[in-house]
Amino acid sequence: MIAYVIRRLLSTVVVMAVVAFVVFSLLYLTPGDPAAVIAGDIATDEDIHRIHERLGLDDPFVVQFGRWVAALAHGDLGTSIFTNLPVTQLIGQRIEPTVSLTLCTLVVSIVVALPLGVLAAAKAGTWLDRAVMAFSVLGFSVPVFVLAYILILTFSVQLDWLPVQGYRNFRDGAWEWLRHLILPSIALGTVYVALITRITRASMLEVLAQDYVRTAQAKGLAPGEVLIGHALKNAAIPVMTIIGIGVALLISGAIVTETVFALPGIGRLTVDAILRRDYPIIQGVTLIFSAVYVLVNLAVDLSYALFDPRIRY
Amino acid sequence: MATTLPAAPIVAGKSVSPTWRRFREAFRRHPMALVGGAILAGMIVIALLAPWLATIDPEAVSPIKRLRPPSAAYWFGTDMLGRDVYSRVVYGARVSLIVGLAVALVSTLLGVAIGLVTGYIRWLDAIVMRVMDGLMSIPSVLLAIALMALTKASVGNVIAAITLAEVPRVVRLVRSLVLTLREQTYVEAAIAAGTTLPRILARHILPNIVAPLLVQGTYVCGSAMITEAILSFIGAGTPPNIPSWGNIMAEGRSLFQIAGYLIVFPGICLSLTVLAVNLLGDGMRDALDPRLARRM
Repeated sequence: MIAYVIRRLLSTVVVMAVVAFVVFSLLYLTPGDPAAVIAGDIATDEDIHRIHERLGLDDPFVVQFGRWVAALAHGDLGTSIFTNLPVTQLIGQRIEPTVSLTLCTLVVSIVVALPLGVLAAAKAGTWLDRAVMAFSVLGFSVPVFVLAYILILTFSVQLDWLPVQGYRNFRDGAWEWLRHLILPSIALGTVYVALITRITRASMLEVLAQDYVRTAQAKGLAPGEVLIGHALKNAAIPVMTIIGIGVALLISGAIVTETVFALPGIGRLTVDAILRRDYPIIQGVTLIFSAVYVLVNLAVDLSYALFDPRIRY
Repeated sequence: MATTLPAAPIVAGKSVSPTWRRFREAFRRHPMALVGGAILAGMIVIALLAPWLATIDPEAVSPIKRLRPPSAAYWFGTDMLGRDVYSRVVYGARVSLIVGLAVALVSTLLGVAIGLVTGYIRWLDAIVMRVMDGLMSIPSVLLAIALMALTKASVGNVIAAITLAEVPRVVRLVRSLVLTLREQTYVEAAIAAGTTLPRILARHILPNIVAPLLVQGTYVCGSAMITEAILSFIGAGTPPNIPSWGNIMAEGRSLFQIAGYLIVFPGICLSLTVLAVNLLGDGMRDALDPRLARRM
């Protein structure tokens, strides 16, 4: 067990090192002279040369990479070209809407998807199963932002039930906060629900065909007890895995969802940075989101041992 | 965006001809795959015939006819520059299909090349797979955004950026298939008979990975079309002067409350096309894995 944990942690370090290398290379390959961008339009060649020396832009790739990693270890992600503020500070200011949106979506999606998948498997072959599978294929096919606009046009513009766009801080009232997150969470969560439902159903069908399930049914356990107590528990590992892997969908989708719903989160920061070609922000966001994704999947992997006592690494 | 389905555990076919028989069989049992194929074929026809189907030049600006709602003259309305949205949507099919097919093709070819080599050369395998793990840890839309920020907006660059984000998934699939196949007795027999490595790859490995790759390719295609639309929508994709579905929707972003049709029509076309590709992929996957067919 401990050996497994250590091995898994080491592989995480390697993966993060590769991610850091890729992200730094993107920064390094940035077209144009960053010094010229920082210096501005009226800078002389001498000014640019000074900035070159100050930032060490003439050093070899390896030296610059080492310096960048060292800064990273001190929590320094560089400085925004456009605002001249530290990237960590900019991300910190925008973190609440993004965390609210993704966590809401994560929780709601799991709560919706698990019962759907279990039901579809229990009623395999019926109209209910077909309906769930049809929803799943549709969920994969309608892009987040298309669904987002359909939701806004229906529930906000036509019916006037929910706010069109915008965000309220949690401390200004939980209800207003939640009201502004309902449509974004549905838009963002649909593809995630489709994914989890599909895997839950497939995994449940496999388990339901096992002998111990037949035994449980034969000894007269209630159908619900068999489904949850025997089947779902044993079907949990693929479902957990896909919940972890699907976080990549949430992260990618959050960027678009925040743009459509005008949520002032990290995704919105990224989109603004693209329009201004503010590379350090794009790199910082890429690094942080990737780290979150890697850590979530590490947590999922390590939690298998808790869920399944049979696993002894 | 990254809506590729998780690579289903696909059992490699034993030889080519039963595979194709199973394809035919599955299409009979899976009418939805046929529907998907028909929609996709329709979209390809629309893309090819765009110059004849479009009623007006998609670039023709007409300021006095700005933001007209859909009508008999302008089926999908006009945008803020008075351009005919119907004609633009028709041309937009070209961008989506080209990007989807090109990414599927190039990432499959690259993935096969890298996957075959890493599946056979042990020391390289460890290095390449760590790099692939790293690339896969960057959410694909984010990686594509970061790459697009580096380069000029062009359809070619969009294809390159999305391909780079998709290749690791193909490499993983090819490598896992190769690792299984090289343990097969007929491959061992070929090695014992003194067959050269290139010949083993060409005769025994490649034919057996074609079918699963075809399935994976359709999912990559659907995913790439969505990623292209997202990139264009947030202003990091196809250049604004080329009508793509993502671009048309991007222009509708600030106007959606008064001109929802700017979003709805290209959105429906995009969703339909991706749906068609996914239905086709599901049908093919079921055809290739009879064990899975009963469940998914």
